[in-house]
Amino acid sequence: MTAVPRPDATVDQADRSGVEPDATGIGGLGRAPEDSYLSVRDLQVHFPTDDGLVRSVDGLSFDLARGRTLGIVGESGSGKSVTSLSVMGLHKPGTVRMRGSIILDGTELVGALPEEVRRLRGKKMAMIFQDPLSSMHPFYTVGHQIIEAYKVHNSVSTKVARAHAIDMLGRVGIPQPDRRVDDYPHQFSGGMRQRAMIAMSLSCDPDLLIADEPTTALDVTVQAQILDLIRDLQQEFNSAVIIITHDLGVVAELADDILVMYAGRSVEYASAEEVFDHPQHPYTWGLLESMPRLDREPTDRLAPIAGSPPSLIQVPPGCPFHPRCTSRELVGAPCHTERPAFRSVAPAHHIACHLDAPSRARRWTEMTESQP
Amino acid sequence: MTTDLPSRESRAVRGGEPLLVVDGLTKHFPIRKGVLQRQVGAVQAVDGVGFEVTKGETLALVGESGCGKTTTGRMITRLIEPTAGSVVFEGRDITHIGARAMRPLRRDVQMIFQDPYSSLNPRHTVGAIVGAPFHLQRTKTEQGTKRAVQELLELVGLNPEHYNRYPHEFSGGQRQRIGIARSLALKPKLIVADEPVSALDVSIQAQVINLLEDLQTELGLTYVVIAHDLSVVRHMSDRVAVMYLGTMVEMADRLDLYASPRHPYTKALLSAVPIPDTKRRQHRERIRLQGDVPSPIDPPSGCRFHTRCWKATEVCSTTVPPLVELAPRHRVACHHPEDPAGPETTPAP
Repeated sequence: MTAVPRPDATVDQADRSGVEPDATGIGGLGRAPEDSYLSVRDLQVHFPTDDGLVRSVDGLSFDLARGRTLGIVGESGSGKSVTSLSVMGLHKPGTVRMRGSIILDGTELVGALPEEVRRLRGKKMAMIFQDPLSSMHPFYTVGHQIIEAYKVHNSVSTKVARAHAIDMLGRVGIPQPDRRVDDYPHQFSGGMRQRAMIAMSLSCDPDLLIADEPTTALDVTVQAQILDLIRDLQQEFNSAVIIITHDLGVVAELADDILVMYAGRSVEYASAEEVFDHPQHPYTWGLLESMPRLDREPTDRLAPIAGSPPSLIQVPPGCPFHPRCTSRELVGAPCHTERPAFRSVAPAHHIACHLDAPSRARRWTEMTESQP
Repeated sequence: MTTDLPSRESRAVRGGEPLLVVDGLTKHFPIRKGVLQRQVGAVQAVDGVGFEVTKGETLALVGESGCGKTTTGRMITRLIEPTAGSVVFEGRDITHIGARAMRPLRRDVQMIFQDPYSSLNPRHTVGAIVGAPFHLQRTKTEQGTKRAVQELLELVGLNPEHYNRYPHEFSGGQRQRIGIARSLALKPKLIVADEPVSALDVSIQAQVINLLEDLQTELGLTYVVIAHDLSVVRHMSDRVAVMYLGTMVEMADRLDLYASPRHPYTKALLSAVPIPDTKRRQHRERIRLQGDVPSPIDPPSGCRFHTRCWKATEVCSTTVPPLVELAPRHRVACHHPEDPAGPETTPAP
């Protein structure tokens, strides 16, 4: 990317004009359910750059209750990571324009002061990053970094915090935690570093855990260990978990609900069973059909999605997916001109697509039947 | 095009002429210490790997990071010097031939790299990148280099008019196509592709995999594909070789290997692949390997997998299991191989 955020860009975080708390706008889901711990409504995250406005997230809504796992799936540049950084309040102030609403346990985060959000990080929400080597400080021991995070949120002595760090490292499955606590990140293997990272995120017992591509840098056998660990810890702490990934296999293992993103927008949002058994959006069909799968008979040819994801500076008008969509002839003009509303097509199943129900059913049957 | 393609199974040239034969290939990277730089140990990256590649087939080398698959690929292409063993290409031993003698062979053996961002010079145009092999090998092309490059770009599905553009103007998938065009310039016989699609997005991966398969059919190429994604490997390859900590543990035809893995490690590896189907989540039997891959500096004695294997016995820690052909075209290096007819074994929970 040549687009560099301009440092003198206006601080626009507090601008929430035109967004009612229960607006069912283009990304509308209606009022948040009672039990939701995190509610995102019509979130827009834009970055002004010299090349134009980068619309990284453009009208995103979802809900997440405690004890549930949401999987956010999309290709690179679809806005998955920007969404998680927005929830965590980790965008550099002054470089970003945020609109819409992010409500975490009753607290509005869009427009909140950085200090307020910082107080929530660690205790109420924590994040696991993709690359544990670059997200841990190489100069401090693993234990030091966990102890420091724990002491910020709990007024305890270093001794107590250290005991807690050792306990956490043991919980995530690091052998001999009392010895390894004094090791530096480089002395850990990739899988162990990711475990230490998880221990650090969980040290303050967060209610919301965001895992951004937690296993992408890991081998399959280690990936399986880490996914198990996240599942077990979630049950133990009853936390809400967001898992961000491009791997549909990983979300199928973990997620209760799935949000499919394309070009900064949500295109499909439903329970995991619905997305895998009755997908409704052409992009989701494309993703499911284009990957080689071990659970199916091998095919001679894969069915890729044509073209490549759009630039977020010049998002195609109408439906952003229309240049790559194989079903657009069935609708015609609206795909090119009108942005499809994010609407409910079944109980708790939302999509953003102009196709009507009979055409969707027909297309999906055609696609699945062409499989040998 | 889709219907009249020969299927993988019929295309695999069974018992055909071997293009590449690798035997006992070993690479130990020395560890030096002190003022005198004395050798104090060695990273045993690859230890006695042997296989052959038949003309027109695709052999996949799979394994986790650090298993030596990339090092093996680099020894085949002679980018690094083997410590021991031999590489025979078209009946000629190329293990220790010099740079000058290697030069004409470079035309026949080409490589596709993993990262489409770092494997293309950002200061060179696409024309210069794809045309470089012609200049380096002083090959005269019939209609001039420019025309030849444009034909190559067309072959890999890029617009020939983009000849004068720079790599940053292309997306990841398009860059990988540029890398493929470059590797095809000198009409090679063997292409070693090191993780050709792992850096690409899911929707783009399928495009590049299809391209590689079309090119293989069209140009009669032979591939050695190095990959860690087992679903991609099953789709692309004819035969699969599984590596663990520098040794080969199992090698078989792809359907045979995926249907009935004989080595415990292969079995564990296959069971760890996440399947995009929520119904499988509950009743899927998963083999959990404990711990990490041991260090290749001081690998375990005997079978290198015995420290993590649930079937390991006394003999596993003392004797190195030889790679033996347990079934036709199915070789396994294990003292206690799985029996496809016998009862299933899994580690005790």
